[in-house]
Amino acid sequence: MSLSSEEPPEQAGPRLRLPGAATADSPAAPSPESAASARSSVARETVFTSRGVSVNYGAKRALDNVTLDIESNYATAFIGPSGCGKSTLLRCFNRMNDSITGFRIDGDLLYHGHDLYGSEANRVEVRRRIGMVFQKPNPFPKSIYDNVAWAARNLGMKQNLDERVERALRSAALWDEVKDRLKASALGLSGGQQQRLCIARAIAIEPDVVLLDEPASALDPIATAAIEDLITALKSQYTIVIVTHNMQQAMRVADKTAFFSLDESRIGTLIEYENTDKLFSRPSDKRTEAYITGQFG
Amino acid sequence: MSALGNTSGMVPNPMHTLKPSGNLRRRQLTSRLFVSLTLAAAGLAVAVLLILVYYAAKNGASQLSFSFLTAQLPAPGGIVPGGGMGPALAGTAEVILIATIIALPVGVLTAIYLSEFASRRIGRVLTTALEQMAGLPTIIVGVFIFGLIVQRAGPSAIAAGIALAIVEVPLIARASIESLRRVPGTLREAADALGVARWRTILGVILPTAANGIITATILAVARAAGETAPVLLTDQPVVSQAYQLDPRHTVATVPVEILQLLLSGTTSAVDKAWGMAFVLMGLILLVNIGARVWLRRSERKRGV
Repeated sequence: MSLSSEEPPEQAGPRLRLPGAATADSPAAPSPESAASARSSVARETVFTSRGVSVNYGAKRALDNVTLDIESNYATAFIGPSGCGKSTLLRCFNRMNDSITGFRIDGDLLYHGHDLYGSEANRVEVRRRIGMVFQKPNPFPKSIYDNVAWAARNLGMKQNLDERVERALRSAALWDEVKDRLKASALGLSGGQQQRLCIARAIAIEPDVVLLDEPASALDPIATAAIEDLITALKSQYTIVIVTHNMQQAMRVADKTAFFSLDESRIGTLIEYENTDKLFSRPSDKRTEAYITGQFG
Repeated sequence: MSALGNTSGMVPNPMHTLKPSGNLRRRQLTSRLFVSLTLAAAGLAVAVLLILVYYAAKNGASQLSFSFLTAQLPAPGGIVPGGGMGPALAGTAEVILIATIIALPVGVLTAIYLSEFASRRIGRVLTTALEQMAGLPTIIVGVFIFGLIVQRAGPSAIAAGIALAIVEVPLIARASIESLRRVPGTLREAADALGVARWRTILGVILPTAANGIITATILAVARAAGETAPVLLTDQPVVSQAYQLDPRHTVATVPVEILQLLLSGTTSAVDKAWGMAFVLMGLILLVNIGARVWLRRSERKRGV
């Protein structure tokens, strides 16, 4: 795939388009500009506000002074070389780093204006609102149905559980493949199916945000394409933040892209944060340009 | 491996011979000697087990019958013929049941604390404590329960059950920790990321995933406790009745102690019966041990672990 910015941002097949998808009324193959204007017609809200966020693991600083806003119903991609702190920042959003010994975060990190690390923020509640899908598919050793229903059941969403499971599996574009074997073990699914099951599991409890940490890096190209279609379809309902090593993937799915890199002392830092089209076609920082043209990283 | 031959007609260069040279012959000999030594030691261990099984079978198998397994205990003194091991079998089962009812939750909860919550330092202390507990001579456990319970409330199946629970706890806990640690961390992360509280995650995801290992550990602990004599001897004696007595507030007959007493009485008929009981006890323990391991392996293979 070329680095052309002429790619239509919406690639989802009709079967994946959710009711009420924002682009349903836009003309076929919109130019990036018209897609952008279609996007701006949706009322945006700032979901995450990061002001001077730094992260340390023990004495080692992993991420330095990150300032950016993540907006609702966008897919935002974090790209950059290994060790640049992009996954670290993602995992700060739902406090998955808390259990790592030596983890320390400084600066302000707000979720809809609430301090994510404040004394009033409950870690379990944070994760209930901000779901996450991991690099390696990690379904529970339970049935397909129970994988999706388990968290909902535990959170007290017991009414119409069957419908909830079906809705989640449909949204994850997995329903047709598993509807006849909901009681079968999830471990029997292929890697790509397992990852879509993990997405279904995450959205079954109707979170506000879905964080994806390199969700397709363990998958083949066909499964990857299915996941990417899914991300595009999901952002009408959810705010998506995706970490990816794959720049083409960021171009295909993300509205905005943040490029992270390592500074002279090998500490992860945010270099540039822009609309995806602009970041890849007219990067304003030399380091971004070097990375996306393959001269570095 | 077979010689491939040399059809190329190439003349071998004697400077590069592949035959043993230097002290290689001597080193090969030493190596063979060492391997034989380790093999002999391993063989000895297996031989002891086989001889044990052989003797118990030779002396005890002839006793085996339905009535031997179910009949009342032989009269004390070993003079009167007749009698079986029914009450002792039932009593052993009862004492083990009591022990396991206590030890299973304690052992599993300890394991959960250690693998899911404990800081590294507390974990080390607790693990060491469990190891010491597992290595504790069981007669000491018996003395402890004797002083704590028997001297106040008298001997009983409950006292024996508590003593055997102390024997079982470290066995169950240590094996359960192993199987909890084998639950992939990615499952904990997945559950955490769903906003489900940790205890729910433990009950709903982690324990079921580790269940096979925990069940196997429990079965092995039961097998171990079934053969324990010293703690039972100190906490569940004397047994006066030859009949079935299963009230846990009083003493119950148990197989190991019954074997001991038959041997002490010394008559031929009593010693024969002791061999019979030893054979049954050993057979049961072997069966349970092997069965548990086979079951674990099969269920793990089925889950694709």
